[in-house]
Amino acid sequence: MKTKVALTGNEAVAQAMKQINPDVVAAYPITPQTEIVQIFSSFVANGEVDTEFVAVESEHSAMSAAIGAAAGGARAMTATSSQGLALMFEVVYIAASLRLPIVFPVVNRALSGPINIHCDHSDAMGLRDSGVIQLFSENAQEAYDNMIQAVRIAEHPDVRLPVMVNMDGFITSHAMDVLEVIDDETVKNFVGTYVPEDYLLDAQNPISMGNFDMYDFYFEHKRQQVEAMKAAKEVIKEVGKEFAKISGREYGLIESYKLDDADVALVVLNSAAGTAKGVADELRAKGIKAGVLKPRVYRPFPQEEIREALKGVKAVAVLDRAETFSTCGGPMFADIRNTLYDLKNDIKVVNYIYGLGGRDLRLEHVQQVFEDLENIRKTGRVDETVKYLGLRE
Amino acid sequence: MTPYNPFNRNFGSGTRTKAVRPDMKWHELTRAGNIYEPGNANTYETGDWRSIRPVWNKERCIHCLFCWRYCPDASVIAKDGKFETFDYKHCKGCGICAKVCPVNAIDMVPEDEIEKVKEANKDEN
Amino acid sequence: MATLKELSKVEERFVGGHRLCAGCGHGITVRMILNAAEGSNVVVGCATGCLEVASTIYPYTAWKCSFIHNAFENAGATISGVEAAYKALKKKGKVNGDFKFIAFGGDGGTYDIGLQSLSGAMERGHNIVYVCLDNEAYMNTGIQRSSATPTGADTTTSPAGKVIPGKQQPRKDLTAIMAAHNIPYVAQTAINNWQDVHKKAKKALEVEGPAFINVLSPCPRGWRYNTPDIVEITKLAVETRFWPLFEVENGKWKLNYKPKKYVPIEEFLKPQGRFRHLFKPGNEHLIKAIQEEVDSRWLALLERCGETPELPPR
Repeated sequence: MKTKVALTGNEAVAQAMKQINPDVVAAYPITPQTEIVQIFSSFVANGEVDTEFVAVESEHSAMSAAIGAAAGGARAMTATSSQGLALMFEVVYIAASLRLPIVFPVVNRALSGPINIHCDHSDAMGLRDSGVIQLFSENAQEAYDNMIQAVRIAEHPDVRLPVMVNMDGFITSHAMDVLEVIDDETVKNFVGTYVPEDYLLDAQNPISMGNFDMYDFYFEHKRQQVEAMKAAKEVIKEVGKEFAKISGREYGLIESYKLDDADVALVVLNSAAGTAKGVADELRAKGIKAGVLKPRVYRPFPQEEIREALKGVKAVAVLDRAETFSTCGGPMFADIRNTLYDLKNDIKVVNYIYGLGGRDLRLEHVQQVFEDLENIRKTGRVDETVKYLGLRE
Repeated sequence: MTPYNPFNRNFGSGTRTKAVRPDMKWHELTRAGNIYEPGNANTYETGDWRSIRPVWNKERCIHCLFCWRYCPDASVIAKDGKFETFDYKHCKGCGICAKVCPVNAIDMVPEDEIEKVKEANKDEN
Repeated sequence: MATLKELSKVEERFVGGHRLCAGCGHGITVRMILNAAEGSNVVVGCATGCLEVASTIYPYTAWKCSFIHNAFENAGATISGVEAAYKALKKKGKVNGDFKFIAFGGDGGTYDIGLQSLSGAMERGHNIVYVCLDNEAYMNTGIQRSSATPTGADTTTSPAGKVIPGKQQPRKDLTAIMAAHNIPYVAQTAINNWQDVHKKAKKALEVEGPAFINVLSPCPRGWRYNTPDIVEITKLAVETRFWPLFEVENGKWKLNYKPKKYVPIEEFLKPQGRFRHLFKPGNEHLIKAIQEEVDSRWLALLERCGETPELPPR
């Protein structure tokens, strides 16, 4: 049974967590994620979930306690944003290396400094090499859907990795949106019961976890993580297909929007993809073959799918909501350009940094990007590879 | 989907853990570096760190077990509440047992003199 | 009180083959604590440090119980997560048997970098025992000063130099800080008195809610004393009143051992290389200052414990 409701992104994620009914949630407040822990606490206080809620004293402890809980054999979750994720940095790597299926929403917010509370992706991008799976959500519906699927992805025996579910701070987390929620029983059956393989509370089989790995084994264990990430690509697609059966919404690694015959395309994560699709539609009406590619999964990186989706395009703009300070563009730009390199067909790839610290991405910005791409396509010339959108220059 | 399961959960349990070698391939090792055999460190011998060894004097021993209590390496083996033997595979020769013994029933003897001591004990017995 | 005869029959859960240095206090302390847990199922959490790196070098573990190491500063949070999992899974009938939860951290992982995580875990009331293995410096990284390092000690980051004679600050009173959390059980103990360690470990394991034990666990390398003398050196720490044995049970402070004689602090300092510079001529005032610090701390402790705050005649 599906019901249309009006919820904010945070409410939708909290709703998903309630339906998943995890064994342990350890979390700490931080804007703009705070509502999730608040709402979830009320579910705990009212007996609507069976969860042990651990109100920790920091995000570092939030992830540390989630690791302890997951290692203990529990289905464990946390949630955070920005500085909180930065504080967790160390232990996120450990969660991945211990192969613990911890699901955690991250409400994307700019990293300090200067301090700012609004959206960009600098927090999530900082953890892109940590070994966790990263899902991105365009709107509250996707955030809700991703949360439910994340449990299945994380706990799959071939994967066993943490999954970070991203959504844009305030833009998605605090804006009321209409979405379809699935009934409790269906979600419960979909996520199933977590059956841990290796866990501390197995009285018959004591286990040592987090052991000291020297140069003779560390490398091999890191390689195992890569294999789990490879396996995750197939698992994510499979779970996406199964999810379609209960929701009517199918998810893959990427979303291709009008790319089949596109000449120019934009690659963008999260909520800005909505804006981009709107502009693409307008341009299509004017005869410009515009398309949009929205990676739903950023780690593992869906290289083959992206290459396939963009192979016929003449010019691509990658929109990054984070800086790398490499002076060579944003993080996703490097990945996309690398992906297209092997095609050897001279697709022009340019980069736009946008929206840092919550700066709005306006329709005219996206129109400008498509216009630039059209010029590149026509002239075959790129004047500036990396540009800023909406910056006072 | 291709079935994919390179990791055998039971690999590394029981005696097979001892078979973990530095030349093993990544997919042969236990997942996440988990260790499934509790206390298997006892298959790793630290006895060769020792330059002096504790030698028990049966006659003097009053079985107070202070040596057992204060051994950092669990290398004093007690049986039925009495001193039984030293575990020379793990004893590092720190000398704490000899020091805490209230009746001087433990002598610390350089390893190179051990053979001589064995001979001497034979003569005494 | 159980006898050593009885205790020696309990299964060993920290086995030989670990790679702690010969004569390391941690091996002794950990064996005493786990011995007091007797037959219970135990999950041990461990902060990064000597104990962790020496006991779980893949593919070997010295632990005959479940063990988890996460990072340096989060043993408190990690073990609290395991305990929360236990509560959740127990409710659902997914765990067989009862479990005890013990976290070990060195003074670096407890007094310093792990203090916040420990404080949080204690305040939240988890049913856990946190044991600090206090050897008064960062020994694993090569003897750097911590906030547990006593005044005057020569460490690699508080070296006894021409101008500055070792560590200049008094050590933090962590046991009192833990007592201020109003948790059911806090204790300070030392391995020279095994009965005291055993009794406190038992109490800590039996009490419902969080418990904290601070154990003086000497490091022969860092302290630079003769390795076999570990019990003697620890005893001197207690007899000189440098490391008093006390407990705080449900807020009530109790002194567990009162040395009869006045043993001057020199007796504890002299056998240790880390204090050697204090005995150079002209440095008498440094030792005097350390003695004053020890005396004033002892008197304050006596008051807290409801004892007459006086020192025996010198």
